[in-house]
Amino acid sequence: MQSWIPFPDSASTFSGQVDALYLFMVGVTTFFVLLISAVIIFFIIRYRRQLPFEIPRPIAGSLKLESLWTIIPFIISMGIFVWGASLVVTQYHVPKDALEVYVVGKQWMWKFQHLTGQREINELHVPVGRKVKLVMTTEDVIHSFYVPAFRTKSDVVPGRYTYIWFEATKPGRYHLFCAEYCGTNHSGMTGSVVVMEPSDYENWLSGNANQESPVAAGQRLFTETLGCASCHKEDGTGGRGPALTGLLGSTVLLDGGQSVTANEDYIRESILNPRAKLVRGFQPIMPTFQGQVSEEQLLQLISYIKSLSPGKTSGIETSAPARSNNPQTGPATSATPAAGPQQTNPSGATPPKPASSPGTTPATRTGGGRP
Amino acid sequence: MDTRTTSAPFEPVTPTNYRVNYLNARYGIASWLLTKDHKRIALLYLGSVTLFFLLGGIYAMAIRLELLTPQGDLVESNTYNKVFTQHGILMVFFFLIPAIPAVLGNFLVPIMIGAKDLAFPKINLLSWYVYVVGGIFTLWALVSGGVDTGWTFYAPYSTTYSNSYVTLAGLGVFINGFSSILTGLNFIVTIHTMRAPGMTWFRLPLFIWSHYATSLVMILGTPVIAITVLLLALERTARIGIFDPQLGGDPVLFQHMFWFYSHPAVYIMILPSMGVISELIANFSRKNIFGYSFVAFSSIAIAVFGFLVWGHHMFVSSQSLYAGMVFSFLSFAVAIPSAVKVFNWTATLYQSSISYDTPMLYALGFIGLFTIGGMTGLFLAAMGLDVHVHDTYFVVAHFHYVMVGGTLMGYLGGLHYWWPKISGRMYPEGWGRFAALVVFVGFNLTFFPQFLLGYMGMPRRYHMYAPEFQVLNVMSSAGASILGLGVLMPMIYLIWSMRYGRVAAANPWMLPGLEWRTASPPPTENFEVTPVVTWEAYEFAPPEELQVIGKFEPGDRPDYPPATV
Repeated sequence: MQSWIPFPDSASTFSGQVDALYLFMVGVTTFFVLLISAVIIFFIIRYRRQLPFEIPRPIAGSLKLESLWTIIPFIISMGIFVWGASLVVTQYHVPKDALEVYVVGKQWMWKFQHLTGQREINELHVPVGRKVKLVMTTEDVIHSFYVPAFRTKSDVVPGRYTYIWFEATKPGRYHLFCAEYCGTNHSGMTGSVVVMEPSDYENWLSGNANQESPVAAGQRLFTETLGCASCHKEDGTGGRGPALTGLLGSTVLLDGGQSVTANEDYIRESILNPRAKLVRGFQPIMPTFQGQVSEEQLLQLISYIKSLSPGKTSGIETSAPARSNNPQTGPATSATPAAGPQQTNPSGATPPKPASSPGTTPATRTGGGRP
Repeated sequence: MDTRTTSAPFEPVTPTNYRVNYLNARYGIASWLLTKDHKRIALLYLGSVTLFFLLGGIYAMAIRLELLTPQGDLVESNTYNKVFTQHGILMVFFFLIPAIPAVLGNFLVPIMIGAKDLAFPKINLLSWYVYVVGGIFTLWALVSGGVDTGWTFYAPYSTTYSNSYVTLAGLGVFINGFSSILTGLNFIVTIHTMRAPGMTWFRLPLFIWSHYATSLVMILGTPVIAITVLLLALERTARIGIFDPQLGGDPVLFQHMFWFYSHPAVYIMILPSMGVISELIANFSRKNIFGYSFVAFSSIAIAVFGFLVWGHHMFVSSQSLYAGMVFSFLSFAVAIPSAVKVFNWTATLYQSSISYDTPMLYALGFIGLFTIGGMTGLFLAAMGLDVHVHDTYFVVAHFHYVMVGGTLMGYLGGLHYWWPKISGRMYPEGWGRFAALVVFVGFNLTFFPQFLLGYMGMPRRYHMYAPEFQVLNVMSSAGASILGLGVLMPMIYLIWSMRYGRVAAANPWMLPGLEWRTASPPPTENFEVTPVVTWEAYEFAPPEELQVIGKFEPGDRPDYPPATV
């Protein structure tokens, strides 16, 4: 927007909501600053000192006034609190039907991989009008993924996954900034988010199609490179490792009686530090893969393991409650992992069709596959 | 009906210069470096704090010069990163935190409660030495090659990736923390045990209340930053694996620990300034503070709630959303006592007798700037809005409005107000008012454009930036040069006035506070006889009724008003 007041582009469904709260608060602030300034200016003119030693009549105070200017600011600030909190729930509650993109930050670049295989650096192509979810981590220090035109941001933290989602509303090229100081070239860790009309986006996808999808790459790692499949058999037989079919989003009972909901962070931890959360009924025999898999390979492995749980695009539940205005499902998604990798897979592997019937993920898993 | 009373004007008496006071009681370097007099220690702090402020200011100028253009053409990225880091470390740990408590607080807390000194004079001197040693370590880090982590030292960049002198600078901050703890301890014991007869808690000047609240935060919060910095150093040297995820640590834990101190530290910076402003508003409008007990207890409320809001620095850090909501709620709650103070200060002016002396100009400027600073804090506490403006120039603008618009304005106002007491000389009033105006204008021009920059999306700590941000950055840099001139002026004319200023009377402003009932400058033991307090705080009286404590030389007769009423 070019106007005499500098104002950022608005290009996502959040932009208007954030701007509304911002402008409301600008209004409240202006009102109070003007009110206090006007009162002070009136007082300092009206009650300017006229005689050097004059002693004005003391006023002790007024409980009525004190209550008034405690309660009114409290009510206003509580209103803003509720408004801000409900807004952040929308911002961080990732819808289930979002198109997923993996993001890895590293000093000083942004690496993206689409589920359909396309890889990008410092440039992210997304279609207009589609919910896009980013699964983000970093190879080194903390970064922060920030697109001002979308009014959204999240730190990208080593050792865990963070999520962000947005729905772009206007085609164009928008700034992508790293907002968390990350070292020498922090201010150079910038890029663009390119929002395209759906048809342009399809063209862009097909023009960059001959890359291995993360699911396929993950499967190759799983079955060949790392040999995970020798213990984690598809049907759970063998008893050395739990089957991973339908894992995502389920509740896993652990050795020691606790349980954990299987999400990306859990899978990641179990690969890098298998003994941290041992599944009940299994021996701690899995070696650590710390240092053997890169962040991108981890995301590919997770992507593959997720593809074994159809109907679940993500194991994460933001801690925020689901909102009732979210159920309008977006356009049929090519983001579901089973549909994604069909375009190309140089290794020739097709994504495995899960053995269990879709949608009937067992709520609770134990090491029941033992002989 | 005119309720004002006046008294007959005084005949000015030509002041004599000679009297034994704390400044001329003893001479020589040793008499300063080994002094146990809280007033001399305050002056030692004044010198060292000013030195660090100048150094931090030079870094600020370098930042603003670099940001004149979108390209990184003045210095390299590495240098720029060190410049803003060192600006932050010096200003926060070595200027803002000690400035008001260690200089004005040290000088005035004993005098205002009618004590001869602080409870532990040797510990007071020790605190200055600790401060200096901490400063030397930090300066050593700067000279060796600098630090580039940002003053926030976020892990794992600071623990694993930075090649700069993090441990050394951290050590400086660690050591400096003990100076804060010792000062806080000293104040609390002094205020509890050494009040003069008749000086009840609710007769204490609000300056004392706010220093009491500050001291609580100092002794409860500072150990946490010490632990945090220690763990950081251990992580760097011994790889203990507490913050670095590669070693099994949690980088977000660092942020929790860091902000657990560093958010309350904000209140260490602003609370003493609020105390100064309460003094200035009451005394320069010659009126008791409206709602004294509300203002007093709001300081305590800020100190207590201030410990529970650290998570609002971490809304986008992957902290749980529910935890964020609690922090957001509490952050809105902590805004209330600050608002109460602003309203009470404003109401104090009603039907008062307002002078336009320099300290009052700073106080009025403070109210305006602090209101903007505080209200924009609510923008950042509103979670959905913080997601957009977090880590942008909006945050930079906000905390400079609170830190510079709040703390620096209060510090300068207080320094002018008590300057006749500290130095025994008046500062030049005309220059004082002019400088206050220049500071106010320069400050707003520097930092207001940064709010707009932040909302446009310019991230902080950027060496190079997108070209559309340039206009506002140029405005900000222009303002910074005005602000720089504005703060240089007091440094020059205050030093000038120590030799050439008009000799100040004991009570140049004709005020009832205890500090004005002793000579200017005070004798080493503050009062020649222990004062007995029979008056309330801010109980103004005609000059001839203001009871004088101790022996006065003829030159100490009030010669108010100055020529400018």
